[in-house]
Amino acid sequence: MPEALIRARGIDKRFGARAVLAGVDLAVHPAEIVTLIGPNGAGKTTLLRILLGLVQADSGTVERKPGLRIGYMPQRVAIDDLLPLPVRRFLELGRPAARNAIATALAEVKAEHVIDSPIQAISGGELRRVLLARALLRDPELLVLDEPVQGVDVIGQGDLFRLILSIRDRRRCGVLMVSHDLHLVMAATDTVLCLNQHVCCTGRPEAVSRHPEYIALFGAREADALALYTHHHDHVHDAEGKVVHMHEGHGHAGHRHG
Amino acid sequence: MDDFIVRAFVGGLGLAVIAGPLGSQVVWRRMAFFGDALAHSALLGITLGFALGINLSVGIALLCLLLAMLLVVLQRRVRVAADTLLGIFAHSTLSLGLVAIAFMERLRVDLIAYLFGDILAVTIWDIAWIYAGGAVVLGALVLMWRQFLSATVHEELARVEGVPVEGLRFAFVLLIAITVAAAMKIVGVLLITALLIIPAATARRFARTPEQMAVLAAVIGVVAVAVGISASLGFDTPAGPSIVVAAAAMFALSAVTRQRAAA
Repeated sequence: MPEALIRARGIDKRFGARAVLAGVDLAVHPAEIVTLIGPNGAGKTTLLRILLGLVQADSGTVERKPGLRIGYMPQRVAIDDLLPLPVRRFLELGRPAARNAIATALAEVKAEHVIDSPIQAISGGELRRVLLARALLRDPELLVLDEPVQGVDVIGQGDLFRLILSIRDRRRCGVLMVSHDLHLVMAATDTVLCLNQHVCCTGRPEAVSRHPEYIALFGAREADALALYTHHHDHVHDAEGKVVHMHEGHGHAGHRHG
Repeated sequence: MDDFIVRAFVGGLGLAVIAGPLGSQVVWRRMAFFGDALAHSALLGITLGFALGINLSVGIALLCLLLAMLLVVLQRRVRVAADTLLGIFAHSTLSLGLVAIAFMERLRVDLIAYLFGDILAVTIWDIAWIYAGGAVVLGALVLMWRQFLSATVHEELARVEGVPVEGLRFAFVLLIAITVAAAMKIVGVLLITALLIIPAATARRFARTPEQMAVLAAVIGVVAVAVGISASLGFDTPAGPSIVVAAAAMFALSAVTRQRAAA
């Protein structure tokens, strides 16, 4: 496997007395999609923030490929109405860009039509696409997406995951995302990492990693997707039930437990 | 036209041009109360300048800067809601300033002039301060415009994209401090924030981009200053409040036209 774009080892983080992350390991390789799933408060967003350098871990290391270009899509973006900001100008904030570079990025996420709209006036799904376009304008080697489909209806969610897959296929960039939406995630990821303070389990949904076209189809077929989801969910659920004894069973050599 | 009137216009217009873009950023960053708290502390700067025997504007700018840093630190340390802390800060420093002035027997100041401005007493030195300080403020805003905007829109996204958010925060506070010192003679301690936020808020309704809003705010500020000073000369009203009344009238007018257009 090629060298990892980013690799975290033994990440511990506490907020006051509460351990949020304990001994978490994670790596993302070029062209690999890694998805963090887990219940609320599992530390998914905190882990992301540590990887991005926004928060300092209490212990553990984060290694980045030197000069790594990251495109980041935050979970919440609320822009005050007092700021008149067309989408085009919002996209230029990440990096100065010519209008046609911006139009190209918007076309890649299928949101060309909002280029001159005030950013406060576009829909939740369009905002997600615009945020993705801003990340793409940085020509990222690694995309970091925090809840990329939040606030988007079910059909739109499938479309967005297919879009993320197609971006990965075209650009060969690594993708690290956080999601609640288990069944759609299963169809759009190479590696799933289930987090609940520590790594409960991690693995490759086979059908997903080997057949991208099949996956693209799969996302649209709710029933099959849900079957897969249920299977994996049982698995995860076991893990959560007896977390301490889980690690050997999942080939998690070198996993430190904080 | 008399010299003092010319100086009043030259100083007031210069200030309005700075206040447009800076005020827009203040509004976007939701720092109106922060600016107000700093302006209130400016009176203390006068005593500092006097005690140290330095130019009063420099004293004000220095003190504003020190207090601004203190405020930024306090906001992180003290577990009090931001608006409460700013309120405590504003009124404590204003009162301290008034008390300190009372203690300095050799310092005789026209308090009304400092509280509400005395634009007709503007000197060449004041104008030099406004234009030199204004050049620094505008230059810095132009240079860092995109980064300021980026940090305002989404601080974490900006940090990931390499914007030095912390440094910008201090730079912005410095710009406000310089402007407060420059604006004091024109509109006075209590009305500086009005000159920053009213033209910007008025311009919002007509702007489609951040830059349009900044330029329009400067234009609206210039009109307010011109109308305010003219009214002050014509009706013998205090100049600072007249400028603010003119700006407020334009804001009210823009709100009404907007509603008609929407109806």
